[in-house]
Amino acid sequence: MSDQESASHSARAPLLQAIGITKRYGSFLANDDVSIDLFPGEIHALLGENGAGKSTLVKTMYGLIQPSAGELRWQGEKIELTGPADARSRGIAMVFQHFSLFDNLTVAENVALGLDGSESFAAMSARLAQVSRDYGLPLDPKREVWRLSVGERQRIEIVRALMQNPKLLILDEPTAVLTPQEADQLFTVLERLKSEGRALLYISHKLDEVKRLCDTATILRGGKKVATCNPREETAASMARMMVGADIGEVKATTARAVTIPRLLIRDLSLEPDDPHGTYLRNVSVEVFGGEILGIAGVAGNGQDELFAALSGERLCPNEDDVIIDGHAAGHLSVTPRRKLGAAFVPEERLGHGTAPRMKLSENALLTGHAASRMVKHGFVDRPATLKAVDATTQSFDVRKAKRDPEAASLSGGNLQKFIVGREILREPGVLVVSQPTWGVDAGAAAVIRQALLDLSGRGSAVLVISQDLDELIEISDRIAVMFHGTLSEPIARAEATREKLGLLMGGAAPESIKEAAHAVGA
Amino acid sequence: MPIVEAIIISVIAASTPLLLAAAGELVVERSGVLNLGVEGMMIMGAACGFAGAYLSGSTFVGALCGIAAGMALSFVFAVLTLGLAVNQVAAGLALTILGVGLSGLIGAGFVGQKITPAPHLYIPGLSDIPVVGKMLFAQDGFVYFSVVLVIGIWWFLYRTRGGLILRAVGDSHTSAHALGYPVLKIRLMAVLFGGGCAGLAGAFLPLAYTPFFIPGMTAGRGWIALALVVFSSWLPGRLVAGAYLFGAVSILQLHAQALGLGIPSQLMTSLPYLATVIVLVLISRGRGSTGSVAPASLGVVFVPDR
Repeated sequence: MSDQESASHSARAPLLQAIGITKRYGSFLANDDVSIDLFPGEIHALLGENGAGKSTLVKTMYGLIQPSAGELRWQGEKIELTGPADARSRGIAMVFQHFSLFDNLTVAENVALGLDGSESFAAMSARLAQVSRDYGLPLDPKREVWRLSVGERQRIEIVRALMQNPKLLILDEPTAVLTPQEADQLFTVLERLKSEGRALLYISHKLDEVKRLCDTATILRGGKKVATCNPREETAASMARMMVGADIGEVKATTARAVTIPRLLIRDLSLEPDDPHGTYLRNVSVEVFGGEILGIAGVAGNGQDELFAALSGERLCPNEDDVIIDGHAAGHLSVTPRRKLGAAFVPEERLGHGTAPRMKLSENALLTGHAASRMVKHGFVDRPATLKAVDATTQSFDVRKAKRDPEAASLSGGNLQKFIVGREILREPGVLVVSQPTWGVDAGAAAVIRQALLDLSGRGSAVLVISQDLDELIEISDRIAVMFHGTLSEPIARAEATREKLGLLMGGAAPESIKEAAHAVGA
Repeated sequence: MPIVEAIIISVIAASTPLLLAAAGELVVERSGVLNLGVEGMMIMGAACGFAGAYLSGSTFVGALCGIAAGMALSFVFAVLTLGLAVNQVAAGLALTILGVGLSGLIGAGFVGQKITPAPHLYIPGLSDIPVVGKMLFAQDGFVYFSVVLVIGIWWFLYRTRGGLILRAVGDSHTSAHALGYPVLKIRLMAVLFGGGCAGLAGAFLPLAYTPFFIPGMTAGRGWIALALVVFSSWLPGRLVAGAYLFGAVSILQLHAQALGLGIPSQLMTSLPYLATVIVLVLISRGRGSTGSVAPASLGVVFVPDR
């Protein structure tokens, strides 16, 4: 069948059909009898919570996973994909959520690795320049990937996929790491690909995006298909209900909150990174008051990790008074003394940083609790006290686990995150610094965690939340500051913090130019 | 003049085994595998190389035996670290211990025997050039091969698609896997290549350097080769410079001792190692500006998810 023929009678013939796809890992069903039809010239959304089986399904379509049962049909013919190269040769391309890029190689080399290598490197580079110009996705082919921003890295992934001239493009949560403006640019590209007659499969859990962009949506829950619907006829709430299987409680701040004195101060902190790919912190200053939540927004890699390390004491500051916790200069103190001052820290990485994966929860409770929570008696570990801490956290935060004191690694992401956040909050810290509190956590657990942060600030603590999720920050923060290239903007009060304004700051625009832009729009 | 000539010739001879072994290890580490068993593979190459040459009477056969022995030992390492996902540091150290012991056993019957050393190959035309000709173009086959090998490795890494894939696997095995490259197969090839190079480097010692075999004759050269790879920041060009710098210092200290400068010989013997440490420090200090860093996946065990 020639290309023209297939195009002419494929007006309503599916390009790719997945029929009854089942993938079993031991007794666990990652996909359970999932069927989905993808049509040319259509953007199809694949919705679901973490662990609903979205990634398994698309990896099957890309040949990375062999299904236990079920089949794929490509243009009506049954196919068995032997691997990604096979999928690519048929015209299936994929943009991964966790970029499949090589940091120390150049842009052109990264693109070459995603192609079959049938053309010379020079010819490939020329075509790369052509494609990136055509679609308005500028890239410098000679730059190494580690020098690029997250948005630019995603551009590489997309250009690499487009270089294959795919009939079907799969995008796994492409906007998770983009600023709102970058996301808008991406949507323009996706609309154009759709108008070129390509099929797009778009994985996301941002429902407003899906409503705006997609023609069809398939919703997965617990490995099973729940529904296929037209997102434009659904509301975000109705789709959320299908994803979660229940209504999600709204988080509410306690109304009467007394904003008191600044309990956490960062004063003109400059710090050089300790790894060659890190970010310089430049003159970061901010005050977090008791009774408020201060949000720090920004695209990943703009200095948030370095700031967290400097606040938690994993890295010491150049000057003693760069960080002040409840009136005590803490810049030269390490983690434990800072905890003793009443501070608590929740790092971004759950396994390996927030917890020791192969240790029990009680031992993990001890790791942060020994400083200030009386878990050590005369130099010996007080086992009952550590177990009590686990039980208390389990109860207050609804941590679901198989036994009383399992290994940290055996918990699901959401439950482990509830444990880590709960472990710190139950100590009633005066200052809490938390990074990406709900990253990769299901909606139910995220609501529990956000509510707990609000309640803690309501009791008079100062809470600093570093997050990439703008919606989350707008939902819970009193003020929001933005990190860009290692500098921190002035905090904006929530009432004035629109997505547009924050997005511009995340892209590095100076505050004055934002005012002008707003003015121009107003006029 | 003759003494300078003699020094240069002996520097080349001292540097060649380091260069051979380090070149192989560079390819292995570029693929993201850290094989600390170079010393063990070298000494096995020395024992088997000598045995092969003694029994067959041919240096070439001996060299092939050395390569085969190094590869065989590296295959054991590959089975452990790639097949069974064992910790690479532990497996590499075990490999060295195994190699040292096994080579003593294999070589026991050959201690005290002598063979004819590898013939010097005169390159027609070039070897007749006064002064330089005899120094550079009248070497044995190992020396020429080591130079060709490093150039070949450079060309492979930076000019071929295969080299690009190898570097990609070393940089991020998860990304390479996601794009459909057979990570473990590529690493197996690299490990076997490194084993062959280490075996050849070991075989050079009894076949060309000294025409007899003694147990433990590699005397830590495998460890120096490992250090040289870091020293070169995984760049083939710098590897040549490093190997020759080290070779030169280790020969010059011998001559300095012979001159009787009154410096304790132990101190002189430690000079090459001291030089390595100093250069390592200097290189790691300048790392940020040159951007040359270790392959990001170096030493990390990879288990494909299906």
